[in-house]
Amino acid sequence: MYDFNYYKPGSLADAASALAGAEDGKIVAGGMTLIPTMKQRLAQPSDLIDLAAVGDLKGISSDGSSVTIGAMTTHAEVAGSSDVQLVIPALAAVAEGIGDPQVRNCGTIGGSVANNDPAADYPAACLALNATIVTNKGEYSADDFFTGMFDTALDEDEILTAVKFPKPDKAAYMKFPNPASRYAMVGVCVAQTGGAARVAVTGAGQDGVFRASEMEAALASNFAPEALDGISVSADDLNSDIHASAEYRAHLIGVMAKRAVAAA
Amino acid sequence: MPTVSMTVNGQAVTGDIEARTLLVEYLRENLRLTGTHVGCDTSQCGACVVHVDGKSVKACTMLAAQAEGSDVLTIEGLADGDDLHPMQEAFRNNHGLQCGFCTPGMVMSAVDLLNHNKNPSEGEIREWLEGNICRCTGYHNIVKSIQEAATKM
Ligand SMILES: Cc1cc2nc3c(=O)[nH]c(=O)nc-3n(C[C@H](O)[C@H](O)[C@H](O)COP(=O)(O)OP(=O)(O)OC[C@H]3O[C@@H](n4cnc5c(N)ncnc54)[C@H](O)[C@@H]3O)c2cc1C
Ligand code: FES
Ligand code: FES
Repeated sequence: MYDFNYYKPGSLADAASALAGAEDGKIVAGGMTLIPTMKQRLAQPSDLIDLAAVGDLKGISSDGSSVTIGAMTTHAEVAGSSDVQLVIPALAAVAEGIGDPQVRNCGTIGGSVANNDPAADYPAACLALNATIVTNKGEYSADDFFTGMFDTALDEDEILTAVKFPKPDKAAYMKFPNPASRYAMVGVCVAQTGGAARVAVTGAGQDGVFRASEMEAALASNFAPEALDGISVSADDLNSDIHASAEYRAHLIGVMAKRAVAAA
Repeated sequence: MPTVSMTVNGQAVTGDIEARTLLVEYLRENLRLTGTHVGCDTSQCGACVVHVDGKSVKACTMLAAQAEGSDVLTIEGLADGDDLHPMQEAFRNNHGLQCGFCTPGMVMSAVDLLNHNKNPSEGEIREWLEGNICRCTGYHNIVKSIQEAATKM
């Protein structure tokens, strides 16, 4: 790992000015993605700005019809939160399924959402649950936020502060994990709110997480696994790698979507 | 050079380090606490697991600077003098190790499990060990060790 300057500011304003003032500064949250990347010398920031001491970025609040999760809240805290379990149990299950216990003890929702790994779990949950991504500069709908593989609407010096999830009528997430890393080979999150259905797919798309609109239309009129019979997913824009071919992933999307609808 | 201060196994320590120093490097190289191992260095094997403020973490994926002010517990801090911790004793009784390379991380991870789940099922133990890889034992005796420790902790 190349050396860098390390800062641990005590407020969001100080973190933002340290980030803006650095030559090639990066935020470190849980470090579960950034530190391995730096160890491999795939990233070499000049400055690391640690958000751990910015108190108001941690914690979960709920008003019964939505849940707001601070960016620095760990996966283990989301999984164990009685508020999240009560209002959006599917979201607690998403967090519980990430990586392993030690990754969940450090990794944060803000880090995962800002990173937008094409195989990460939270981006699918944000997109299906129609979350709002809150930053120090404004707010984005999940539809506008995830702009491509490892790419988001965040500016270079913008800091994600919270993610707000409205309560759906029903939701569930099903993933087919890579047996070694636990990242999604394919993960599908489904949600029903009023008469509308949203289906988000991670692990498969060449541009990262995406919505499956044909499935959404079918589920809007009948939110049942059978409604997805006969919908075939094209392998055209899907990933092929050593773990699975695009065709295999296309098939898995259908299987995981049906399982998610059945579980919701 | 940044200075870090933390408590390791009950003792206050402080040192000048490069910002890029990993917690596991600080423990092994600066403090010579070599019980914490480095197996993969890619955040997957769990040989480096220690507790930071009561939670198990991978010390190869945390900067020493991130542990500033924290309370760190390593495998060296688990026994009470010559009396092994019940988890260590259970690993010995049940032949829960062969080469022993993964063992410090296994023990630290297992202690964290029992700290918040006193009576885990076999399935919960196996799920919990997702981040701890053992190349020798096939895990059966590790699971047995943790089950025995659960009756004593
Ligand atoms: C062994 C292992 C298994 C894993 N398995 C899974 C899995 O199954 N599913 C899954 O989804 N993920 C998995 N992960 C990734 C894990 O969830 C990470 O915690 C997550 O991707 C990044 O969160 P972090 O807090 O660690 O962020 P960091 O690594 O600290 O940061 C990641 C990136 O986001 C930026 N960033 C962080 N916080 C903010 C913020 N508030 N505002 C703006 N930018 C920010 C950083 O600058 C950096 O570029 C795994 C990781 C490991 C090591
Ligand atoms: S050395 Fe830390 S996880 Fe393998
Ligand atoms: S005992 Fe050898 S790696 Fe586990």
